[in-house]
Amino acid sequence: MTGRRLEHGGQIDRAQALRFRFDGRALTGHPGDTLASALLANGVRLVGRSFKYHRPRGILSAGPEEPNALVTLRSGARAEPNTRATVAELFDGLTATSQNRWPSLRFDALAINDLAAPLLGAGFYYKTFMWPAAFWERVYEPLIRRAAGLGRLSGAPDPDAYDKGFLHADLLVIGAGPAGLAAALAAGRAGARVVLADEDFRMGGRLNAETFALGDTTGADWAAAAVAELAGMAHVRLLPRTTVFGAFDHGIYGAVERVADHLPDPPPGTPRQILWRITTRRTILAAGATERPIAFADNDRPGVMLAGSLRAYANRWGVAPGKRVAVFTNNDDGLRTARDLRAHGVRVAAVIDARPDAPDPRIDGARHLPGAVVIGTSGRLGLTDVTVRTADVREFRIDCDALGVSGGWNPALHLTCHQRGRPVWDDRIAAFAPGPDLPPGMAVAGAAAGVPSTHGALHSGHAAAAEALDALGRTAPPADLPQAEDAPLALRPLWHVPGTRRAWLDLQNDVTVKDIAQAQHEGFGAVEHMKRYTTLGMATDQGKIANVPALGVMAELTGRSIAETGTTIFRPPYTPVSLGALGGRATGPTFKPTRLTPTHPWAEAQGAVFVEVGQWLRAQYFPRAGETHWRQSVDREVLAVRAGVGLCDVTTLGKIDIQGTDAARFVNRVYCNGFARLAVGRVRYGLMLREDGIVMDDGTTARLAEDHFVMTTTTANAGPVFRHLEFARQCLWPDLDVQLISTTDAWAQIAVAGPKSRTLLQRVIDPGHDISNAAFPFMACGAVTVCGGLRARLFRISFSGELAYELAVPARYGNALMERLMERGADLGATPYGTEALSVLRIEKGHAAGGELDGRTTAQNLRLGRMVSTKKDSIGAVAARRPGLNTEDTLELVGLRARRPDSRLAAGSHLFAPAARTEAANDLGWVSSAAFSPHLGAPIALAFLRGGAARQGEVLRAVNLLSGQDTEVEVTSPHFIDPDGERLRA
Amino acid sequence: MIIPHPLLGPRDAQEFTYMGDAALIDRPDGMAEGAAEAFDTYLHARDNPAGLHRELWYHEAGDRSWLVVTRDTRTHEITQVELARDVARARGRSQ
Amino acid sequence: MPDLAPLTPLGGTTPRRDRIGGVTIAEACDWALASVTARRGRASDAAGRMAAMIGTALPGPGAMVRSGDWRAVWLAPESWLLAAPLAGQDDIEARLRDAVGDAASVTEQTDAWARFDITAANPARVGALLERLCNIPPARLTPGAATRTVFEHLGVIMLRETDDSLSILGARSSARSLHHALTTVARSLA
Repeated sequence: MTGRRLEHGGQIDRAQALRFRFDGRALTGHPGDTLASALLANGVRLVGRSFKYHRPRGILSAGPEEPNALVTLRSGARAEPNTRATVAELFDGLTATSQNRWPSLRFDALAINDLAAPLLGAGFYYKTFMWPAAFWERVYEPLIRRAAGLGRLSGAPDPDAYDKGFLHADLLVIGAGPAGLAAALAAGRAGARVVLADEDFRMGGRLNAETFALGDTTGADWAAAAVAELAGMAHVRLLPRTTVFGAFDHGIYGAVERVADHLPDPPPGTPRQILWRITTRRTILAAGATERPIAFADNDRPGVMLAGSLRAYANRWGVAPGKRVAVFTNNDDGLRTARDLRAHGVRVAAVIDARPDAPDPRIDGARHLPGAVVIGTSGRLGLTDVTVRTADVREFRIDCDALGVSGGWNPALHLTCHQRGRPVWDDRIAAFAPGPDLPPGMAVAGAAAGVPSTHGALHSGHAAAAEALDALGRTAPPADLPQAEDAPLALRPLWHVPGTRRAWLDLQNDVTVKDIAQAQHEGFGAVEHMKRYTTLGMATDQGKIANVPALGVMAELTGRSIAETGTTIFRPPYTPVSLGALGGRATGPTFKPTRLTPTHPWAEAQGAVFVEVGQWLRAQYFPRAGETHWRQSVDREVLAVRAGVGLCDVTTLGKIDIQGTDAARFVNRVYCNGFARLAVGRVRYGLMLREDGIVMDDGTTARLAEDHFVMTTTTANAGPVFRHLEFARQCLWPDLDVQLISTTDAWAQIAVAGPKSRTLLQRVIDPGHDISNAAFPFMACGAVTVCGGLRARLFRISFSGELAYELAVPARYGNALMERLMERGADLGATPYGTEALSVLRIEKGHAAGGELDGRTTAQNLRLGRMVSTKKDSIGAVAARRPGLNTEDTLELVGLRARRPDSRLAAGSHLFAPAARTEAANDLGWVSSAAFSPHLGAPIALAFLRGGAARQGEVLRAVNLLSGQDTEVEVTSPHFIDPDGERLRA
Repeated sequence: MIIPHPLLGPRDAQEFTYMGDAALIDRPDGMAEGAAEAFDTYLHARDNPAGLHRELWYHEAGDRSWLVVTRDTRTHEITQVELARDVARARGRSQ
Repeated sequence: MPDLAPLTPLGGTTPRRDRIGGVTIAEACDWALASVTARRGRASDAAGRMAAMIGTALPGPGAMVRSGDWRAVWLAPESWLLAAPLAGQDDIEARLRDAVGDAASVTEQTDAWARFDITAANPARVGALLERLCNIPPARLTPGAATRTVFEHLGVIMLRETDDSLSILGARSSARSLHHALTTVARSLA
């Protein structure tokens, strides 16, 4: 037990205790705590194990940059691995578990890796897992997978809800520290719509972690007052607990608001997190800065922390992270830590200051060691002392259980890089600062811009807001900012203390100074190469702490400046975003919209089995009592259609209403076959090509009037065909008089198919409409009324090859019409049929559908080549005549019939001659659709076969290597049923 | 991305469908002499500029207008948006 | 009158109504709808005849108007959606064809859409709901605004008639998905 809660101070509610558990231990904290501050207050230093060497690790920082203190938060289905304890807000009942250790955190068996460290250096993976190749999948991959990763997923579905939303702002301010608050106040007072987002649950940034005054109050109180003023403005939106994780095109920012992460359980209905897409005209990035450590031997022991974080724990959370603390710094900010800790009554053992000319902070009881460095540490599971080498090269130990290290501050410029912006090295702050090529509309203020002091942050925030307001056409109010510290940055760069033992740079991925040297030595000297070879900066923290010190080390090794060495840039997301938040409301069955047919309630009542067809849910078949296999149902439905009458909801086919004086010319150009002279009251089959000559879609189009057509499309292509027609109408022939609108959902359309279909229809169509064969022949269409005056459209078209009709009524009546047809057709054997039977019927008839129109086939392939008219210009006609699509041995549609009725024939099979070897060179074509034909009592198929039209009667093999089927088939006409179409015209 | 629609103002790109080079407006006459060569070029030859690119976007979840959007392929900056129908007419397309 | 019973887009015999935390989401089936699209070169002619029929000028892009029993919504260039109370079997398509003659094409749309009327005593609730639904700036969805957009992969038409109400039209076939999305958001805000 080293850390403890101080007697006084901190922005915590000491009156209230929150119970929580870490690795099963019952502990308490207070509202206002993070998990990290509460752990430190309870004396917990050891919180995790490093990724590769399983070294004991403690809390390093107090913010989002934390590489070490990753825990699994919560348990069961809510368990969330790799959560940073430094940003997890404490709540009553929280449970956290350490990771990457077995059997326990204090004794971890894989710590043996650490002894093997000389073998596990940079590029270890690339050198070790190379040979023999036979080991890649069977030995190495399982080995790597077992060792990889830190926490483990629960494997259970996430029980929480997530949401998403859209915000629009004149000005987005990212970060609510002094610069962000000053900017938001200026813009809010000027009346601009402001969104102020901060990832912390308490706005104020460093002001909450410091003791210096702002005007006549404390920084924390000034921040609270500023937030209160902003909260009172209706046009200002405050988003605490919100991380802006990405800057995207055109002023769009991605942000995650953690609405209920700090609650034991989200209230019912409340989302746990909301993904906000923020569209803004201007942005001010005021994300502050991240402290960086100095690398020295064994600098990874629990107890070694960032100096500014140590100070934050004392000031903001009233926690002393140790009984006896030392500070190792190369700048004046480290002295501030020593002073603040002493003021809290913490013993400060020494101020080890790398600067030879360091000023003496005169801290009671502390040794002041200018020009000194830390060269080693001790303590197996936590720091017990540090070894120091002084300016006069004396070496000795200093007892301490916490060491604050400060190597300077790096601007948090991550979002400035999200559109390929490159940071530039700034010698004045010895850090990378935002470059000139920022995302459009973005300005950077405060420490994020490299402005060191609080005074500077306040004024640069206000100035950035004034500039943004000017661009927005508003006037900034006068700056009303408090007096604040304006200390200069007094820093002498120091990246690492040379030595023989390992000095850590990337604490999560276990990358040391030696690894950088080795990478350099082995030729991986470019920054991007070094990163990938050593994995530095590639852990979950993405190098927020490690990157810049590593560049400093690399520059030293190569004798170049850091500016010459270069830097990697940052990509979104700034911190990890949960997949739940990205998914939002779209989960499970509501992942995508579902479209239901008008007769869905009826089909459900019939016990139909449904199938997804794109977004549609369609009845696949209608099982009846006693049927135990889907084939029994489908065979029965097929035979019922051929013998009597069947009913099928075909609403899902796209319907496009085409009107205008040029409607006929237009339709004639988008279909390759002739439509100009289609008579009113008639329907025609149309074949639609893409401009490259490949078939796009097919369907029937009816002419309802001289200037009025209704086109049908396949279910899948309703959207694409409509888009294509609009392109033709607006871009190709802008002066044709044509109007288009989709009516797919407006009409319920029911196929009534089978020899008794006319008899059934005559029972529902109102008297006065003659639908006899003479008055309403095959391919006729017209308006009728049904069931006592309901407006309807009747089309005599057939997909099954039988006498058949499609009857359309306003969608709201579709369900009742289906019920009526079933009732009136009971004595005719009226049978509902689903998509399976529909498919069998059309394969028997040889009609092309999705399997045949797969985006690769031409009219020639479908043996419809003669439909492509040469007498007119239509889309795709010219390209369809390309020689390459018109060879002698082109693929042609044929029928296949299995020679043995009990064999199996699957779509996707390839065709081979009986004696040919089953290899690509002998491939003769493929099976596009297959079914068992109850009519023929054998498996049949449609297939594309080289020179197929001339091969009728040949025997081939249909081979499916995936299922091991090798089926003997006979080549037939694709029309297995009624090839002359007599039934259609009955 | 945000596309400034000439009639409806700035709109989220998720309302649109992308098609490609605005040169697709210039469809050759299929009945003219040399149509095969003209269509070969129309279908396959494209400029691939690093810079301003005129391209077709369809406001599918909006007013169903086809638009010609001029976009800088290096930065995604959109400098001009026109109704494709107006562009087509200006390029001499009619019936 | 046909002797068939219609169903609502959600599949009920009567429209559904949900009250969630001060917001009411009501399925509404009381509008007859038709699109009116001007023929080539006849836009002003068509607009004039329509104005004479409904008693006010047709709206421009992104807007709707209400006049007596009629509502008109801008759909696309030279194209509008007209709504009138649905009374029995009255044929909105025929009525509009009579009015516009050969100046425009008319297509009935009554059954193509499901409509949900969203009302709240506190107008801020409607704004909060909108913010979770679609990426249309609130400033562009003030009373009198109408626009087509997308949310949850569903194409919708948003009609903002008054401050405290919002009507959403979505494809009839996906009415349940639309209803699910609306009620989920309302519960999340409740």
